[in-house]
Amino acid sequence: MTGNTLLSVEDVVVDLPTPRGNLRAVDHVDLTVGAGQTLGVVGESGCGKTMLSRAILQLVPKKAKLSGRVMFDGQDLLQLSPEKLRKLRGRSLAVVFQDPMTSLNPVLTIGTQLIETLQEHLELNDATATRRSIELLAAVGIPAPEQRLAQYPHQLSGGMRQRVAIAIALSCEPKLLIADEPTTALDVTIQAQILDLLAREQRRRHMAMILITHDLGVVAGRTDEVAVMYAGRVVERAPTPALFKKMRMPYTEALLAALPKLDAAPHTPLPAISGRPPDPTRPLQGCSFSPRCRYAMSRCQREKPALEAAETSAHQFACFHPIETHADANV
Amino acid sequence: MAFFVARRLLYLVPVLIAVSLLTFSIASLLPGDLAYTILGDQATPENVAALRRDMGLDQPIWWRYLSWLGNVLQGDLGRSFRTGQTVLQAVAERLPVSIELMLLAQLGALAIGVPLAILCAARSGGPFDRFMTGTAFGMLSVPTFLSAILLIYFFAVELRWLPATGYVPFAEDPAANLRFMVLPALTLALAEWPGIMRVLRSDMIATLQEDYIALAKAKGLKASRILFVHALKPSSLTLVTITGINIGRLIGGTVIVETIFALPGIGRLLIGAIYTRDLIILQGVVLLVAAGFVIVNFIVDLLYAVLDPRIRHGHA
Repeated sequence: MTGNTLLSVEDVVVDLPTPRGNLRAVDHVDLTVGAGQTLGVVGESGCGKTMLSRAILQLVPKKAKLSGRVMFDGQDLLQLSPEKLRKLRGRSLAVVFQDPMTSLNPVLTIGTQLIETLQEHLELNDATATRRSIELLAAVGIPAPEQRLAQYPHQLSGGMRQRVAIAIALSCEPKLLIADEPTTALDVTIQAQILDLLAREQRRRHMAMILITHDLGVVAGRTDEVAVMYAGRVVERAPTPALFKKMRMPYTEALLAALPKLDAAPHTPLPAISGRPPDPTRPLQGCSFSPRCRYAMSRCQREKPALEAAETSAHQFACFHPIETHADANV
Repeated sequence: MAFFVARRLLYLVPVLIAVSLLTFSIASLLPGDLAYTILGDQATPENVAALRRDMGLDQPIWWRYLSWLGNVLQGDLGRSFRTGQTVLQAVAERLPVSIELMLLAQLGALAIGVPLAILCAARSGGPFDRFMTGTAFGMLSVPTFLSAILLIYFFAVELRWLPATGYVPFAEDPAANLRFMVLPALTLALAEWPGIMRVLRSDMIATLQEDYIALAKAKGLKASRILFVHALKPSSLTLVTITGINIGRLIGGTVIVETIFALPGIGRLLIGAIYTRDLIILQGVVLLVAAGFVIVNFIVDLLYAVLDPRIRHGHA
């Protein structure tokens, strides 16, 4: 990790009470993001990555219990007063949600939704805020931005809506942008455009970014560091090049193997990870990946491996039997 | 938008035809002969036959319906055979009373129900929410005649702040008119705010779960802006529906409240017409009230489009 730390998530636990018992969505997670850096958080559905992002934003459901520390720019977000937190959200801490079909308010115009954010935090008059909004829409690649201000979300395509959501997130020049599966709900052809847009704006604005995805391929070229999550825990964490050069955690390997490859022969079966993630209301005693792991030994069922550094301090993984062989870095 | 309005207007035609058919059937299907009702028991068969011919009662029913409908379309709804007053005159006299009562009652019910709903939704499951939900449930089961009597007892008999019964036209003395209207309007409002609150509360709670509300929070907007700008509008479709239905219903007057408070509204006109078997008035008033109901609901449909741009643009 280079530069000064902007965000550090320390020992964060999110518990959700459910009718079937307590569900530990996020299980003692530690992460750091440096100013201007990009962290990729990867994991399959239900692994807690979205709940982690909501925990950083303090947007967990009302019933959820949240503990740990979320240090952002020198203050613990969990200890902030609601008013201070509100001033931070949208201003220095912004988010792009997964589904642009539901994340924009259907009854308010694009203009209203952009301008209200600008005016909430920057004390701009109407004319300036309108001009800024047009500039922002143009910056995220929306054609005819002046006309868009009076339009409603349903009049725009999914890709365009996500661009609007990104414009809203970027509007107050945040220090950290959390992009929670920003392309999952979009057409494949649009995905790369949106990711490239995020990467470009991130560099231009020297903004830190957390890119949450279930797609290892997405983080490969676009992040400085990757954290792989499984069953609420971070199971491997490494600088992106190191991870793809030499992944240690069998789960990461399995995730990468499950990516469709362009150079594979036609009709090659896709290696899926067999089994299902463990029931989060019934935590396992040992490693939570052990029931699905092809390297699992008896110790893996008894004890939970800690997230520890191996040869380089930057590369951490939680596994008793890490992969020694060099994984195929060809994504 | 023009297309949307035109399409909705077109839907009105079959509904209004059905309304007129049903209304006409009331008079025709009621037991007893209208001519006997008018002439009384002592009438000679010759007189009855002559009156039947005059009134067209000897014609087949479809013919009578069509000629009645023809008259209605020309603005002639008939004339009471007791007072000689036309239906339109009678309604024009009473309608302002019922409309004023309806408007005041609705405003009162909304003024109580909407803020309570928003407060409950903002802290749903909390002690205030539970208390208000329970209170609303209790109020729903209080009949209007009971709350009317209790209000009269407290405000008219004990405190002597307001008159118990009577009516002065607004044009004559606005202040006195409002004094007479407060208790009846409050009686109706007490019956209606619980429905408004419960519907808006549950819609608001659902809306507050939406992604766009989470995003509004993530944008750092003030809680009041999230509730009133982001959540209230998309939550108010059902509220508008039931308000529309209530308005339509109250245009027809409220028999009980108008009777208790001695207000000369449509409700009492109808009751009077029923007691005196004044079928022409009855049929005419029911037709006008039903048409008013249908038209109010047409306006509600248009309001949906104002509230939700997706309906306006034909996406929903």
